Amino acid sequence: MTSTADHAPPGQTTGAEGIWLYGFVADVSADALAGVAGVGGHRPWTIPVAGLAAVVGHVPLAEYGQEPLRRHLEDLDWLERTARAHHAVIDVLHRAGPVLPATLATLYFDETGIVRLLTERRGDLTAALDRVTGHVEWGVKGYAAHHPAAASPAVEPDAATPAAGPGAAYLARRRAQLAARTEARHSVEEDAAAIHTGLAGLSADARRHPAQDRRLTGTDAEMVLNGAYLVAADREEEFGHLVAALERRHPTVRLERTGPWPPYSFVGDTPALRGTTPPYPAADSAP
Amino acid sequence: MTAAPVPGPAAGEPALYQPIALVDLLDRVLATGVVVTGDITISIADVDLIRISLRALLSSVGTLEGGGQ
Repeated sequence: MTSTADHAPPGQTTGAEGIWLYGFVADVSADALAGVAGVGGHRPWTIPVAGLAAVVGHVPLAEYGQEPLRRHLEDLDWLERTARAHHAVIDVLHRAGPVLPATLATLYFDETGIVRLLTERRGDLTAALDRVTGHVEWGVKGYAAHHPAAASPAVEPDAATPAAGPGAAYLARRRAQLAARTEARHSVEEDAAAIHTGLAGLSADARRHPAQDRRLTGTDAEMVLNGAYLVAADREEEFGHLVAALERRHPTVRLERTGPWPPYSFVGDTPALRGTTPPYPAADSAP
Repeated sequence: MTAAPVPGPAAGEPALYQPIALVDLLDRVLATGVVVTGDITISIADVDLIRISLRALLSSVGTLEGGGQ
């Protein structure tokens, strides 16, 4: 808890430790990080370079090296623990000021690569930070609200003429049912798209994540929208009202809001950062 | 899964400490964020593997097998 200053740990890492990257900030007080346990319980600290800082933590490579990491990521409990610890640090930073979250499991062998990144990509990092300053991310998930059974056609199909046998009648009925279901599906998807467009209109930026698997959402309803919206802090209330209004306007879609999140979904498109290469090949790192 | 699978509805004031569903968190910490090349990184292909194994895990536990279809 006595995390001394920003640049706490004793200079170099030992060979057995790596550096876990949480994200980048313009400025962070040591106080902000004082109360938060990092990934694996290793206290986060910062590497400041000329007005920017990387927030990082030391982690043992025996657990977080390339191969152990790969194994552990397949372990749901480990993954959940790690994801929540990673998020907890980013969330604390987010409450204190703008932050660029790093993708889970970005590690370095020592400070060199991080210092280089902070130095060489200063402009890109600053621009990306500026974009999210004063904004939060809201998630809005939409589920198909209709029940397939209720969508069966009210009209009897034409083919059910006296001449048609029971088999033909069945087929015709079945065809009509499928057509109705397809139509209902289209309309739900159109509504989801309209909702997304409406929410995007109030947002600085917006994107749709892939729909989540039903087994992971824990609900029978099909997810038709998994949106993320970058909302200015002074428009959050308006955004909440809009979500409610759009749900009323489109009863085929049930909406669920999550957040506020740090701007995870809106910092990944910094093209200049994608090209950053480490000083040496990112080869096998297992100790 | 310790978290409630679905956080509260879209209403009222932002509930800052609503429990976060793991699946929503993974959407963000795995698939988004600043992509910088670390000395050790996990590729998108690995992410897909993770999701598949998550699904397998969850369905084998049986807690989330819905009745729909």
